[in-house]
Amino acid sequence: MSRKPLVRECPPTTWYFRQPRYLRYMSREITSVFVGAYCVLLVVGLQRLAAGPAAWEAFLLGLRSADSIVFHLLALAATFYHAATWFNATQKAMPIQVGEDFVPGNIISGAHYVAWAVLSVVVLFLAGVF
Amino acid sequence: MAKSHKPVVWFPFAAGGTVIAFFLPVIVVLTFMAALGHVPAGLGYERMHAFAGSGLGKLIIFGVVALSLWSSAHRLRCTCYDFGLRADTLVATVLYIGAIAGSILSAVYLMKI
Amino acid sequence: MKERTIQLEVLRYNPDTDTEARFQRYEVVCQEEWVVLDALNKIKADIDPTLNYRWSCHMAVCGSCGMMINGEPKLSCHAFLRDYEGVIRVEPLAHFPVERDLVTAPDDFMEKLKRVKPYVIPKEKKPISEGEYKQTPAQLMKFRQYSMCINCMLCYAACPEYGLDPEFVGPAALTLAHRYNQDSRDGGRLARQEVVATHEGVWTCTFVGACSEVCPAHVDPASALQQMKITSSIDWIVEHLIPGGKSARDTVSREDAGDIS
Repeated sequence: MSRKPLVRECPPTTWYFRQPRYLRYMSREITSVFVGAYCVLLVVGLQRLAAGPAAWEAFLLGLRSADSIVFHLLALAATFYHAATWFNATQKAMPIQVGEDFVPGNIISGAHYVAWAVLSVVVLFLAGVF
Repeated sequence: MAKSHKPVVWFPFAAGGTVIAFFLPVIVVLTFMAALGHVPAGLGYERMHAFAGSGLGKLIIFGVVALSLWSSAHRLRCTCYDFGLRADTLVATVLYIGAIAGSILSAVYLMKI
Repeated sequence: MKERTIQLEVLRYNPDTDTEARFQRYEVVCQEEWVVLDALNKIKADIDPTLNYRWSCHMAVCGSCGMMINGEPKLSCHAFLRDYEGVIRVEPLAHFPVERDLVTAPDDFMEKLKRVKPYVIPKEKKPISEGEYKQTPAQLMKFRQYSMCINCMLCYAACPEYGLDPEFVGPAALTLAHRYNQDSRDGGRLARQEVVATHEGVWTCTFVGACSEVCPAHVDPASALQQMKITSSIDWIVEHLIPGGKSARDTVSREDAGDIS
């Protein structure tokens, strides 16, 4: 008996519409666009800081535009989504076995969330927000 | 099949992903406050300059910027492939060079502070 | 028992006559508590004996009846009709060549399974007279969940990276490599690394995580692959950045699993 299997190709440019979980994955990956763009903003900021007080103040003033506010909202959403997905994944990448049992995954992820909150508060405090 | 050298790009990606998760959200909050016109006291020239001028400050800033750049470049490379862009070598070269260039520039600027 | 008429849209492909697949609609009177496999059996028995599909145990143990049900990889014996409304679309497992109707060709998976050496390679051989290789409950728990795989290939049908790059060794085979790597009696990790640490091995994985979500046996391939990326990276550093690291690592790997106490 001869075989003639039919190959149903995975559509290379539209496959992520097939299941909602693929769209969730793609949104996680697309955060990199906004994170990358924000990093470029940080590099520009460093350049302005090195250029002296006037340049730095102009840089801060330049942030106060509608475009910048929209960009910041996108960057906020992207970095928070990245953080949540990253911390949720830590339990998969680094399971911890104590005795016979594995530490429940939400404890590992939860510990990361707590550390994240503490670090963020410390940074906000050092930056003089409160 | 030979063993892959992917760890060279993946380790800094993983380190950068962790740095982004822990530090970038709060940094974005700070510049967002500035964008809204409420510049936090710590973002004033004197304090930023003092922070970036210290050895530890330079190290922290460079670490955050370089690792975040690398991590997002690497993830974007994979995303391009997922979107169907199959010129992976070209995409990888452009993005990694961009990340390295950004890191070198950051180092240069930090040295000037 | 309540009856319910179900509409099934089933993918048909006959290699002898067809060049393309097509959908065929069946109307089947089902019992409320049936699964999709029951509906297929009813079609085969009463409506259309030419319909082809694989199944065996009807209790989510054998892993034969994996199909795409409304686009989701599922064991058809585990897909309850009460969870579906309207027309139910049944297709063969994605990412595998279709042999006939709902039957796919598993050859690629079988070949990859062999490649990862999915068996205990004893760390030290000893004669039977010295007794069994002992293992503590903790050592067993370290790999137990990964040994639950029933080779149903749902994770391959869920993995877009496998769909995009069929060279990818894939979730189940790599997870089985991890299962044996984690076994205290095993000394074969370095041999398996020749497959695991390649581009087609763990490095094609982008941690979509779909494999773990669809696994009917609650194995977590995404976790296994992430762990192997970390160990493969540490291997790389030891091999390339530490002088004499390669030979030192070989010694260490022999020692660190000999702790059966």
